[in-house]
Amino acid sequence: MSEYTSPANVPAVSIKRMSKSFGDIEVLRDIDLVVNKGEVVSVLGSSGSGKSTMLRCINWLEEPDRGTIHIAGQRIGINEQAGRKMNNKELATLRAKTGMVFQGFNLWPHLSVIQNVMEAPIYVKGMPKEQARVIAIELLEKVGLADKHDAFPFTLSGGQKQRVAIARALAMSPEVILFDEPTSALDPERVGEVLTVMKNLSKEGYTMIVVTHEMEFARAVSDQVVFLEKGLIIEKAPPAKFFSNPETERVRKFLEISA
Amino acid sequence: MTEWSILWDAREIFFNGLIATLGLFSLSIICAFVLGCVLVYQLEDDSVLSKALRLLINLMRTLPFLILAYLLYYGLPQLGLRMSAWTAGLLALIVYHAAYFAEILRGCRLIMPEGYVEAAKAHGFTPLRLYLRIVLPQLVIKTRPLLGNQLIIALKDTAFLTIITLQELTAAANSVQSTYFIPTQAFVVVIVLYWLISICLELALKRAARFGAKRGFDYV
Repeated sequence: MSEYTSPANVPAVSIKRMSKSFGDIEVLRDIDLVVNKGEVVSVLGSSGSGKSTMLRCINWLEEPDRGTIHIAGQRIGINEQAGRKMNNKELATLRAKTGMVFQGFNLWPHLSVIQNVMEAPIYVKGMPKEQARVIAIELLEKVGLADKHDAFPFTLSGGQKQRVAIARALAMSPEVILFDEPTSALDPERVGEVLTVMKNLSKEGYTMIVVTHEMEFARAVSDQVVFLEKGLIIEKAPPAKFFSNPETERVRKFLEISA
Repeated sequence: MTEWSILWDAREIFFNGLIATLGLFSLSIICAFVLGCVLVYQLEDDSVLSKALRLLINLMRTLPFLILAYLLYYGLPQLGLRMSAWTAGLLALIVYHAAYFAEILRGCRLIMPEGYVEAAKAHGFTPLRLYLRIVLPQLVIKTRPLLGNQLIIALKDTAFLTIITLQELTAAANSVQSTYFIPTQAFVVVIVLYWLISICLELALKRAARFGAKRGFDYV
């Protein structure tokens, strides 16, 4: 696979009129969102508002019913030239351009920490093992786990697991990293270490979409904050405006309760 | 004492039987395990093929092994397909135990947390790579005791093949006891030999458990 990088003016992610239902329940309605390169977008909202589903639609872990999603200018899910749904291989090629970090970490338990990070570069990108190892060592150092290469996931704390998961996502040099409530399963003392890593990534210019309940993080790190309510984006603003002067009563209430 | 010296004189028959049993067993379980893994991969999609395979697996599991061996060796020639006892016996062992291996792995696959699969998909794994690198290793580590049990069952099933004239260990004992009329001693010898093979299998599986224990799957 070639190291394709899109021109700077193409957004990392562009979502247009995306909708999704589970049975009779409409979980996403006409979602429009553009995330430019280097931007951090925080997605807020109460449980069940559709935040995670929106994130999972971006890399097609959930298939939206309507609308289009482009990753670095390339449409995901539909092969437009052939006029059909993407096959598994086409989908995999595009998914390889997105990283994802899950609430429950999902590290592969049979692989050591460094193997977890090397796995996708080797078996998805076809990178030589030695090169993958060099990258993995560098990334584990970046997330502060240089001493854990050969540990297995079950021996790590939640915060350490999540930092390995971040290194694993970074190893694919993705166009965008999707964070699905990355700190929600951590005990309060461990939240900080993961948020610190994420803050550093934003400084380095990584494009990130972060579904989170961490208001402080959203305020300090985001370029845009998006608020979802019953599947609709009811507010989209830079953090300064979002947190000090929200437009809707709903967001005002949400911020009061969260404060 | 003379019976035992007769047995010692017939040691070559036992030895040849043992080699045949070991060959039959190792070749069939390797093929059966690979076939079982292929079956479980095919079951990943919800397709017509996977439904047909599920049916086939269940059919195999409800069929007594001896009848399958009979069918292949005595039944198929009626349809014009004649096989040697070795081919028929191997085929019976492979197909039969592949179904069991598949069922063991499938059961484990059903309860595997979907998060591992989603993480692999999100990182761009294609289905085959995902299965080989992420799913299958975990299934094998987790089902180790069940797979081990199945190996021992497969070993004992090789004895049935004496009935379709395959010259394995049980056939060797049978030939010695009917020639010299010493059934007890002849069968005691092969019982000990089956027992020794099983113990070796158990030991190998115990060692394999360390692999899982190191990864937090297993306890030793």
